[in-house]
Amino acid sequence: MSRLGRFRQPSVIPGFGLTLGFTLTYFSLIILVPLVALVLRSAGLGWNGFWAAALDPRVLASLRTSFLTATIAAGINVVFGTLIAWVLVRYRFPGRRIFDAMVDLPFALPTAVAGIALTAIYAPNGIVGQFAAQLGWRIAYTPIGITIAMIFIGLPFVVRTIQPILEEISKEVEEASATLGANRFQTITRVLLPSLMPAILTGFALAFARAVGEYGSVIFIAGNIPFVSEIAPLLIVIRLEEFNYAGAAVIATVMLAISFVMLFIINLIQAWSRRRYGYGS
Amino acid sequence: MEVRVQNVRKEFDRFPALHDVSLDIKSGELIALLGPSGSGKTTLLRLIAGLERPTAGKIFFGDEDASEKSVQERNIGFVFQHYALFRHMTILENVSFGLEVRPRATRPPKAEIRRRARELLDLVQLSGLEKRYPSQLSGGQRQRVALARALAIEPGVLLLDEPFGALDAQVRRELRKWLREMHDRTGHTTVFVTHDQEEALELADRLCVMSQGKIEQVGTPDTVYDQPQSPFVFGFIGESSTLPVNIERGDIWLGDRPIGISSPEAVGPARLFFRPHDIELVDGDAALSGVVASSRRVGGTRRVELDIGGAGHRVEIDLPFDHPAGERSQISFRPKRWKLFPAE
Repeated sequence: MSRLGRFRQPSVIPGFGLTLGFTLTYFSLIILVPLVALVLRSAGLGWNGFWAAALDPRVLASLRTSFLTATIAAGINVVFGTLIAWVLVRYRFPGRRIFDAMVDLPFALPTAVAGIALTAIYAPNGIVGQFAAQLGWRIAYTPIGITIAMIFIGLPFVVRTIQPILEEISKEVEEASATLGANRFQTITRVLLPSLMPAILTGFALAFARAVGEYGSVIFIAGNIPFVSEIAPLLIVIRLEEFNYAGAAVIATVMLAISFVMLFIINLIQAWSRRRYGYGS
Repeated sequence: MEVRVQNVRKEFDRFPALHDVSLDIKSGELIALLGPSGSGKTTLLRLIAGLERPTAGKIFFGDEDASEKSVQERNIGFVFQHYALFRHMTILENVSFGLEVRPRATRPPKAEIRRRARELLDLVQLSGLEKRYPSQLSGGQRQRVALARALAIEPGVLLLDEPFGALDAQVRRELRKWLREMHDRTGHTTVFVTHDQEEALELADRLCVMSQGKIEQVGTPDTVYDQPQSPFVFGFIGESSTLPVNIERGDIWLGDRPIGISSPEAVGPARLFFRPHDIELVDGDAALSGVVASSRRVGGTRRVELDIGGAGHRVEIDLPFDHPAGERSQISFRPKRWKLFPAE
């Protein structure tokens, strides 16, 4: 306790030792131990075996598909999620509450159901897919389909992170900008978006992380053609079915590493912008 | 710049916030819109700014009809109660904003914008804080930044919405004095909204007292204080007490007793208003006489609450804090200055 005491903040609520201990135990059981087990498992292959499994062309292709589609989906979600959050916060229209509640549906819907529904719509004989097919585009069974599924499941994360921040930016700030002579476009680009930046980054990170890990909805619409529309999580399942547990662990470890680096960088940018934009004022 | 508000009416969803309000604001004056919350003072200010559109009526800036002009075109400076600073910009960027968003044709060169912003920060006594962010400043400093930002666009009219409302009493008093000095130095036509009568009386050239969407009285602080035109103004500006009285044969009666003051004009029931300090103590029957209900010292005076008559009328009077009458349990007095309004 005396060594921990140095980190202790004076507080009216007692129990620093207890809560920190609980947090560490919980964190270890839920997150740390499984991840370490994963890395150890893949380390069982040895240095060369690991890289051989990781650099397998099919693995690389699936990783590329996963991360590329997830990034694009998160990017699209950021644009339209911000727009939806804006409409929900700033305008009053009939049905707004229902619309607002519907944003959360992708959270609640079993992802397989979402995947099947999306496939039905975007397949070449589906409601939307048939028009795309007439134009010569294929949506389902291509990376575009994967992206659409990822957009679907990631949207609530963006809307729900931006909404409260947008509510917090008072209308007065927009009005101040207008009284100073700024037009609508200048107000949005110079005043609103910069102050939304931290929230937008968080939304991006969450939507991205969700999309990379998504399995259920994507496999229905992806078509799962190796080297074209096969995502990394599916390849992990395939390896498992081949009883190639180490191979599955290797792909998972690589995914983990890439995701961690990306999220870490986003977090850094966020910390920087938070400091800059003076949150909590 | 002169501002004329002409028969302006404003409704929010059929709910009238302003009824047919007219007000002439003189060039270069500092005028206060004063009233309780819900009186429409902020609505009037926002209408002048162009942040709201009137339901009916017109607003002139000089000779020009500004009613249909957008906020951006009106060239006004607006200061909000909660500062509304751009938190992702430094103080210098905040102050420069108004000049930087101008179309290229009228935008001064970058160095010139910087120079002007610095000059304004100097004016509001915040030199040296250019690189700070709003979150790093105190409330009083933030409001001064907001003022500098509003002044940067060289507004024709400066509009302030409860500018000191969010600040503590000490800072408020300092800023008040400082705003007066600023106004005398720069000479902007300034309209400010407040619910704090002390602030309005101390700061403004003229007051516009508002209540329930109407203007009750416009005048200099002295006129409004000394000659209130309505019971509302008498009650709202300064301290006052009121008694229901009757006027018969030129004398003013409270119940069945004459109170020693007379009014030649009116007859019948009326309401008598007087201020706690406008009284004289008297001995004798023809006076207001009451039992002391409470007595407390406020700085250099003693504020005595009296129960008058049996009907539970309570009034307040001021005595010098060391006056011997402060010890008594019964006090008789007569208002020295007072006003009668028709009974409601």
